[in-house]
Amino acid sequence: MSQTPYKPNSHGRLALKLGAVALGAFGFGFALVPLYDVMCAVTGFGNKANLTRAAKIAEHPDDSRTVTVEFLGDLPTVGSWEFRPAVRSIQVHPGRLYEAKFVARNLTGRDTYGQAVPDVAPSKAASFFHKTECFCFTPQHFASGEERAMPVRFIVDPALPRYMDHITLAYTFYDTQAPAAQR
Amino acid sequence: MANSGHAAHEGHDDHHGAPKSFWQRWVVTTNHKDIGTLYLIFAGVMFFVGGLMALVIRAELFQPGLQFVDPMFFNSMTTMHALAMIFGAVMPAWVGLANWMIPLQVGAPDMALPRMNNFSFWIMPFAFTLLLSTLFTGSGAPAGGWTLYPPLSLQGGDSFPMAIFAIHMMGASSIMGAINVIVTIMNMRAPGMTLLRMPLFCWTWLITAYLLILVMPVLAGAVTMLLTDHFFGTSFFSAAGGGDPVMYQHIFWFFGHPEVYILILPAFGVVSEIIPAFSRKPLFGYESMVYASASIGFLSFIVWAHHMFTVGMPLAGQLFFMLTTMLIAVPTGVKVFNWSATMWKGSLSFEPPMLFAVAFLFLFTIGGFSGLMLSIVPADFQYQDSYFVVAHFHYVLVPGAIFAIMAGIYYWLPKWSGHMYNMSLAKWHFWLSTIFVNVLFFPQHFLGLAGMPRRIPDYSVQFADWNMVSSIGAFGFGLSQLLMPYLVWQCVRGGAAAKAKAWEGARGLEWEVPSPAPYHTWETAPDEATIIHASPTGH
Ligand code: HEM
Ligand SMILES: [Cu+2]
Repeated sequence: MSQTPYKPNSHGRLALKLGAVALGAFGFGFALVPLYDVMCAVTGFGNKANLTRAAKIAEHPDDSRTVTVEFLGDLPTVGSWEFRPAVRSIQVHPGRLYEAKFVARNLTGRDTYGQAVPDVAPSKAASFFHKTECFCFTPQHFASGEERAMPVRFIVDPALPRYMDHITLAYTFYDTQAPAAQR
Repeated sequence: MANSGHAAHEGHDDHHGAPKSFWQRWVVTTNHKDIGTLYLIFAGVMFFVGGLMALVIRAELFQPGLQFVDPMFFNSMTTMHALAMIFGAVMPAWVGLANWMIPLQVGAPDMALPRMNNFSFWIMPFAFTLLLSTLFTGSGAPAGGWTLYPPLSLQGGDSFPMAIFAIHMMGASSIMGAINVIVTIMNMRAPGMTLLRMPLFCWTWLITAYLLILVMPVLAGAVTMLLTDHFFGTSFFSAAGGGDPVMYQHIFWFFGHPEVYILILPAFGVVSEIIPAFSRKPLFGYESMVYASASIGFLSFIVWAHHMFTVGMPLAGQLFFMLTTMLIAVPTGVKVFNWSATMWKGSLSFEPPMLFAVAFLFLFTIGGFSGLMLSIVPADFQYQDSYFVVAHFHYVLVPGAIFAIMAGIYYWLPKWSGHMYNMSLAKWHFWLSTIFVNVLFFPQHFLGLAGMPRRIPDYSVQFADWNMVSSIGAFGFGLSQLLMPYLVWQCVRGGAAAKAKAWEGARGLEWEVPSPAPYHTWETAPDEATIIHASPTGH
């Protein structure tokens, strides 16, 4: 009574194919990482490259407009650092170069490096906010207990859409030598 | 084998029974029925473990203020409750039902890859032992939410890598289970069992299995990246090293949204079999059900970012994800329509499986409606991370997926055990569950709309009343569930003998074998006349 219309050999083959699909899907999960950056590059959204690269200095002042630039300093964890903007906000004219300072103090009790990661809000404004010089471009060395003010120079593009009159520049200041778990 | 049509009447399948030793029967078994039973028992245990955690949550939320547990443990409870219910209860219950029913329904003697079947089951108890043991580590169980968003999830201490390995194991188990289902359905159907003669449970499971092999590996990838970020200094998601935590959310939800359909598609299948059986009419729109399930499966891949509207996204992205999400309501609506049309002018009777199926129809639809509200971007800005979301997904998951599992168990239990069960006790179980599930979850809509955030152990006093109602519902619901294992136990022990076709209106090859289903079935494939006779469309 063991008539079987099935071909057991073909089970293995199909199972292997499906296993390969699963493996491909695993790879696809990782491929989403570069794809995500491509998406950001294509749509210009987030504009990570623009945020962390120096722009050319080209002043074309438009003194008829005033834009408020607000500064925020964030820390991923409390306790081991102090980090804040020297002033909370300034009024700027598009097309002129300005400088702002952020103050950090190392309370970790050891020599270490800090890295600031910038963010501009609203995100539409990001591509109109040019930093010509920034402490966020490189990791910053801090001796134990050292406190220092660090500069950022920027120009707001005169092409900034008219309806935008507030821009927020926020930095999160990470200790690059802290273990990942504490970042 | 011209005479093999009605195995039910000949019983020749029973020529060798189950092995006698416990080890042979329950540990190294490759029999699809035994493995199905093991999966169902495991799911039941995890349902009560997860339920206990839910009761800790609801006890703490009974009143404002902190009464019973500290906030960290509370967060562990919400995290572990979700992981236990999703990966430990609902998914294994579906795999268990698939194991039991798919070979019976397609006329196959077993699953295609029986040894892998055994392996994929036995991974699960180990995975969950590992996951649950995090409760006893110094750092406590994971407390960053079941979504494991970094950087919070990276701060979980010892429990973090343990939870990730547990997820890897569950993932491997579900992928193997899914491969088994696909190979069984593609290769093992009895001659004459064309795809469009299959019961809908097989169809929806086939689609679910494809979703599983496409997205479980993506989850595995996402948590692997968390692991390397934590231990090997990569920065996939760490802003300090140029990564982006938001990217984790994209990858997670690329898995997460199809996952919610993995939980619900088999439910659509079960309900599509029970409603016709107790309406004594063929399913209305069989083919449209198949196409609707397939389009839901496809659409589920392109809506993930509706979980992240408030994270920030270009307008075009918000519109895209809003509209595709709303689009899912169309095939879902087709299904609800077809179920209603099947009942229309049918000669209805309300045995326990039907009661659960009808409750599913109404209450799942409520969850679909709140889902539609959440898909509206400007509205979601208000609802995100509030109790409204909690109400939404519990409506689709509890009176949705879990009611359908219970409906399936009440439907097929006579086939498994050979006995009818205590109908009035089952009806008690139904009514208590249905009343309390609404007392439990309906007020959460109000709480969410009034602004109560999710995942908090304490809340402002204006939310007190509805939280108390919800907690009462929770204890009522939880206690009512104790009836079910008792009832199943009773039914396995004895009771009125079940006919081969336990329900007069039922269709499907499983009703063509005796009850209880012999240890080996369809060793000789059913003939085409039997298949056509049993097919959902009758041709
Ligand atoms: C018409 C169908 C549905 C629509 C339009 C829909 C829409 C949504 C939306 C927009 C959210 C995100 C809410 C937020 O976080 O702000 C959400 C969350 C959720 N949905 Fe649905 N949904 C639908 C069906 C389902 C089904 C069938 C399930 C599962 C069986 C489900 C399970 C969930 C879960 C678990 C979450 C929350 C995940 C979390 O944040 O932990 N949904 N749904
Ligand atoms: Cu979703």
